[in-house]
Amino acid sequence: MEIKREPIDGEGLRVRGLNSHQLLRGGDLEGLNAPAHLEGTDFEKFVEERVLTTTLDKAVAWARSNSFFPATFGLACCAIEMMSIVAGRVDVARFGFEAFRASPRQADLLILSGRVSIKMAPIVRRIYDQMLEPKWAISMGACCSSMGVFNNYALVPSDKFMPIDVHVPGCPPRPEALMHGVLKLQKMVQDHPDLGWRERYEAVGTEEVRPGA
Amino acid sequence: MTPVENPEISEYRRREESITLSSIPEQLAEAGELTHELLTLNFGPHHPATHGVLRLLVTLQGELVRDVKPIIGYVHTGIEKTAEDKAYWKVIPVIERMDYLAYYFNSMAFIGAVETLLEAEVPRRAQYLRVIHLELNRIMSHLVWLGTSALDLGAISMFWYCFREREQILDLFEMSSGQRMHTRYFQVGGVIEDIPTGFAAKLSAFLDVMPGRVDEYGALLNRNEIVLQRLRGTCPLDAETLLALGVTGPLLRAAGNPWDLRKATPYSSYGDFDFKIPVGTVGDNYDRFAVRMAEMRESVKIIRQALDGLPEGPHMTSDRKIALPPRHELATSMEALIHHFKLVTEGFRVPPGEVYYPIEGPRGELGCFVRSDGSSKPARVHMRDSSFVNLQATAPMVEGSYIADMIATLAMLDPVLGGIDR
Amino acid sequence: MPDATGLELIGQDLGEAVLETVFFRNQATLIIDPASNRSVLAALRARGYSFMSSVHGVDYYPEEPRLGVIYELLDMSRVDRISVKLRLHTDAPQLASVVPDLPGDRGWATANHQEREVYDMFGVIFEGHPDLRRILMPEDYEGHPQRRDFPLGGEPVIFTVTESDSMGST
Repeated sequence: MEIKREPIDGEGLRVRGLNSHQLLRGGDLEGLNAPAHLEGTDFEKFVEERVLTTTLDKAVAWARSNSFFPATFGLACCAIEMMSIVAGRVDVARFGFEAFRASPRQADLLILSGRVSIKMAPIVRRIYDQMLEPKWAISMGACCSSMGVFNNYALVPSDKFMPIDVHVPGCPPRPEALMHGVLKLQKMVQDHPDLGWRERYEAVGTEEVRPGA
Repeated sequence: MTPVENPEISEYRRREESITLSSIPEQLAEAGELTHELLTLNFGPHHPATHGVLRLLVTLQGELVRDVKPIIGYVHTGIEKTAEDKAYWKVIPVIERMDYLAYYFNSMAFIGAVETLLEAEVPRRAQYLRVIHLELNRIMSHLVWLGTSALDLGAISMFWYCFREREQILDLFEMSSGQRMHTRYFQVGGVIEDIPTGFAAKLSAFLDVMPGRVDEYGALLNRNEIVLQRLRGTCPLDAETLLALGVTGPLLRAAGNPWDLRKATPYSSYGDFDFKIPVGTVGDNYDRFAVRMAEMRESVKIIRQALDGLPEGPHMTSDRKIALPPRHELATSMEALIHHFKLVTEGFRVPPGEVYYPIEGPRGELGCFVRSDGSSKPARVHMRDSSFVNLQATAPMVEGSYIADMIATLAMLDPVLGGIDR
Repeated sequence: MPDATGLELIGQDLGEAVLETVFFRNQATLIIDPASNRSVLAALRARGYSFMSSVHGVDYYPEEPRLGVIYELLDMSRVDRISVKLRLHTDAPQLASVVPDLPGDRGWATANHQEREVYDMFGVIFEGHPDLRRILMPEDYEGHPQRRDFPLGGEPVIFTVTESDSMGST
């Protein structure tokens, strides 16, 4: 790619400065139709909406996304590839996720790795319920995302009993693929801190009640 | 609140509801209970120390384990029933996913059974390639065992070292078949593709490095005070009890019985190779650990011999009724086209009969029972998984030892729940 | 394996419990009368086949009798294998369990979990088993999944053409 270079001329620089002055104060370019007019708190609000400043939400989302505590939840073959991302080649510690917590009370990311049988599904649900908000779930592998290789009586796709944020396909997904899925979740949490499952299912401010209770 | 007199309520519930302020030992003495209460604790299925989703009901007296009841079925995938629904060729990926650390062994057992039914000839090059991949898989399975067991015992850094070697082995698998795990490399009649150029060199480089690595692991663990205290003398079980329980593999060899199907009934050209069977003396956890470490070395020797003596020849049988013709033939030969079509759409038909084909997996005897009714789909596939039978030895092993010893024993038992639950 | 003549001799020795001997692909099989499974196994144990590799079930639907139970035995000192097969009807699926030790007949401890699996998957009821309950399916599951008339089950696969028909997932 050719890079064009032009000498700076004093006139052009001054025009650009005036333009930015206009834009920043609520006017349009060169102040023709709408001159710069904002003052005081209006001006602050205007700037805040346009220039990236750190609000508390964004800072918290940044911190949360960079320090997931995954729960150790290896079920089957995908668990071995999940162990591979902890190992040296695809090092999940680079991103800050190496603190796998055994207790669901201390974890905030459930990586469902492996096939979920009908005997295991209520237990997975119980573990997910024991996790504290905010929590996310990654369905790793084809067996829990859809039924995978085994479309039969013994398995349950994970979408049927718990909300999943990211599905990672593969049988088993390569460690790099799982890493891609986790990073996608990280980006999701960072950019859209409000896009949890409650927002997606329009269930904000609700809690789940067991049927028949 | 006075409890209603209801004979359905158990003694325990009645005691719970009639709490008095007298101290508990007096209450127990009143009720005529033992002075030591047995506590039943539930381990798992979600627990950091169990290898996979194994649930144990442990009955404890203080810290001593009095009884262990394993409860399994949490990864039951209905593999055997799924296999009845698919053509023989398509069963291979399904059956590979059973014992997920020994995928080449799963497919070898099934393919061996089908080849026995078909009376198919497997070319020698394919047999040697199979041996190479099987032994690489054995090393890989033992590496994962070592990494996770050391993790259970607290030697956390072993995990990274073992997985470093595992990544090298998976690179080799990726070179030969394109996949790291569940590679579908073995097919009925041979292997799906010959090894690419560069595989032999890379494998040779790995084999040069591996014995040194096993020495490194030994240097870290063999004389380690904590490993010795936790593994030496804990939970021994003699060979006779193990045989009665049906246990085979490194557990039986650790107890002193040198039974190994690679030597007893050699299959797939294992008889051509010169290797030893490591055998333990006492049968405690340390022997189980040492046997598997030594087995890794022996596997390296076998692969070296197979690689050096790799014969030239086809990698797949030339019987077009069971094996796909090579692609270039499809352009010229009508018969090849018809065979290809029949094999891909319907699959090959296997003459009716029942066979049981056992091989030596990393955890013991891995057998496959195939019943064929003459069609292109198997009528019954049963995998006799080694971990499923070995798990019955848990209770006699840990009886009378501490919980920490039970964790160490579970680690040394090397159960893989995929095989147990199928 | 005992060769074909060896198998015939074993069959004759065991008498009327053996209904048939099969020598197929170099593997020896005795087909026996279900009522005498313990005695046949004990006799084979006396002959040296002291290791039981596997106990598994087969469903021979639509042939009757439908349910089959197969014992794989191994003689480690002579490296010999032999299979013992028997057939049961679904309306009378009782079979004596080989697990418990009876006076004069030591049981086979390895058959514990394996008989439970055959019960779970095929419905063969092993009388005398110390703890016969389901092992792989949930305890309150109804039906015996690996029988051939039990449906395979599973979820309907969603293709693009059928996407609007299915409930889909969110």
